[in-house]
Amino acid sequence: MIRKIALTTAAVLALTSGAALAAGGKKEITDVDFAHEGPFGRFDQFQLQRGLQVYMEVCSACHGLKYVPIRTLADEGGPQLPEDQVRAFATQFTVTDAETGEDREGKPTDHFPVSGMEGAPDLSLMTKARAGFSGPYGSGMSQLFNGMGGAEYMYSILTHYKDNPECAPDGVDGFYYNSSFPNGSVPDSCKDEHGVSTVPGSWIAMPPPLMDDLVTYADGTAATTSQMAEDVSSFLMWTAEPKLMDRRESGFKAVVFLLILASLLYLTNKRIWAGVKGKTA
Amino acid sequence: MAGIPHDHYEPKSAGEKWLHKRLPIAGLMYDTIMIPTPKNLNWMWIWGIILTFCLALQIITGIILVMHYTPHVDHAFASVEHIMRNVNGGYMIRYLHQNGASLFFVAVYLHIFRGLYYGSYKAPREITWIIGMLIYLLMMGTAFMGYVLPWGQMSFWGATVITGLFGAIPGVGPAIQTWLLGGPAVDNATLNRFFSLHYLLPFVIAGLVAVHIWAFHTTGNNNPTGVEVRRGSKEEAAKDTVPFWPYYVIKDLFALAVILAVFFAIVGFMPNYLGHPDNYIEANPLATPAHIVPEWYFLPFYAILRAFTADVWVVIAAEWITFGIVDAKFFGVLAMFGAIAVMALAPWLDTSSVRSGRYRPMFKWWFALLVVDFLVLMWVGAMPAEEPYATISLIASAYWFAYFLVILPLLGVIEKPLPQPATIEDDFNAHYGKSGGNAVAQPAE
Repeated sequence: MIRKIALTTAAVLALTSGAALAAGGKKEITDVDFAHEGPFGRFDQFQLQRGLQVYMEVCSACHGLKYVPIRTLADEGGPQLPEDQVRAFATQFTVTDAETGEDREGKPTDHFPVSGMEGAPDLSLMTKARAGFSGPYGSGMSQLFNGMGGAEYMYSILTHYKDNPECAPDGVDGFYYNSSFPNGSVPDSCKDEHGVSTVPGSWIAMPPPLMDDLVTYADGTAATTSQMAEDVSSFLMWTAEPKLMDRRESGFKAVVFLLILASLLYLTNKRIWAGVKGKTA
Repeated sequence: MAGIPHDHYEPKSAGEKWLHKRLPIAGLMYDTIMIPTPKNLNWMWIWGIILTFCLALQIITGIILVMHYTPHVDHAFASVEHIMRNVNGGYMIRYLHQNGASLFFVAVYLHIFRGLYYGSYKAPREITWIIGMLIYLLMMGTAFMGYVLPWGQMSFWGATVITGLFGAIPGVGPAIQTWLLGGPAVDNATLNRFFSLHYLLPFVIAGLVAVHIWAFHTTGNNNPTGVEVRRGSKEEAAKDTVPFWPYYVIKDLFALAVILAVFFAIVGFMPNYLGHPDNYIEANPLATPAHIVPEWYFLPFYAILRAFTADVWVVIAAEWITFGIVDAKFFGVLAMFGAIAVMALAPWLDTSSVRSGRYRPMFKWWFALLVVDFLVLMWVGAMPAEEPYATISLIASAYWFAYFLVILPLLGVIEKPLPQPATIEDDFNAHYGKSGGNAVAQPAE
């Protein structure tokens, strides 16, 4: 019976994930083997530092991270920069002080700046606001086994800029074809008779932001496009879920504690009922 | 309090007697915790405890969240992020509360379907059933309003769609909708009143839970046989029952520990699995999400709401009969609330003299189909409103109503029930292979 309940619960969970539905059309997602994946995956501190570098040198030109306090760069489980480095890092920003109303040098307690460009979304939560995986048929099974895929979505957007497809060789003026971006516009020549897009992805306003050797990593890692995309996706997973590792640890401890407690209660229950059921304990 | 004869609390010491004369609280607690409970309850009888736990969990985590949350359209989303990043343990409290709602609904659905299968709604437990349905409705209201509070995209657009349902009421609808929202659209006034009610309703639920428990402690629990506990004498009743403490307290705690292990695995390792990613985007009244999908626990009724489109013949008929007052949108709203109403009326729609589905050979199959139907509705509720999902949801919605309005009344007439055991004791002993069956509950040494 317990197994039945467990199975039912699992089935209900699997069947009903509202998140199982990805918005928009088809998209190509590359499954990246991130360090933070899996039940016991941990962020790679050095990868987060590289990701921070990519973010600062490339993304931050247009995008913001308004929910992320700068001081958290020193937190355990994050990029874990030394305190003095974080203080120095903060001084590059100019902040309007909330109390005096005057501009001053940034402090670690300030947040990262907001998006500087109209239409460029804030990236603090982007890897949680997008699901890379979905389905099949709304069952949510893919996400059950692969995770939500927010970081994969980010990686795929950054690496899946492609030549315009055959149905629209001239593309869309001012936009770039990206086979992982589902929410942009698609020219009519790439739609079937029901108005459904025949190509994966759509056209995005953001020009391809990465190219090989765009940044120079201090640790000597080769700055290929895919390396930078992976690093910055990992960094943005951290900005969205900075307590990821703490949370898994708490969850794991709770599960272990509860399983021990359940075993003891099982034995207690068996012994108590033995008298009623006419068995000997 | 209970209708089943059993030993009552007797104050012994002078102090106990003094208190008992003035406030018989010890007696109330004793009678509640020692209530004679049928000894053949199976594992489907654990959900009540799980639900009580969920209510406590949601109230406690909720009170802590309120200490850090700001109910204002400009600050709500940021204050949730503040909880997730800066409040000590805030990420855990918030994920517990968020997933606690899902556990609450998993448990309530299993609890309701338990009642539907074993005929727990039948006389003399109609009041328990009706109170339970009221609790369920309040739970849905509370969960819906709670989902609006983080002020994400799905919060905002979900609130817009659901309050729009009231706008579908002919004549007074738009006025009611404006009154509910506190303005022409979902805005700060809406957020504030939802916050206020989201804090209030759980305590109303707690009050109703007390009445729910009071009611079934008066009638006694149902049990898998549906056969009533013998009440001729204390000795007779004792053969059919065991006291709630320690037998069911320990059993329920064991079940709770197992379920919480699964729950904490979800909270710890996949807390956003049951949510919608769009809700991590701050509400934007100018950008409508591609698919507005409610949380999973609303999906079956959301599917029923959407199933009755303008081209369905019952909708056309209803519109024609009412001179256009009942249009497709209003019909959908009526169907959605009607789906819960017919469930609440089950005590009077079920004509069978046999309570438990265990002894109803035909009922069993129709009931199994109802469970499948519920899961199918849940699935199509999440799918886009297009073929083949539209047809599937129409068929599934039709079965939901047919089960309560046609099948339950008819089965009582045409079905030939199987023989039931004479007593709970007989059933229990048959299961545990004891003969004679004179064993009276005794705690193990």
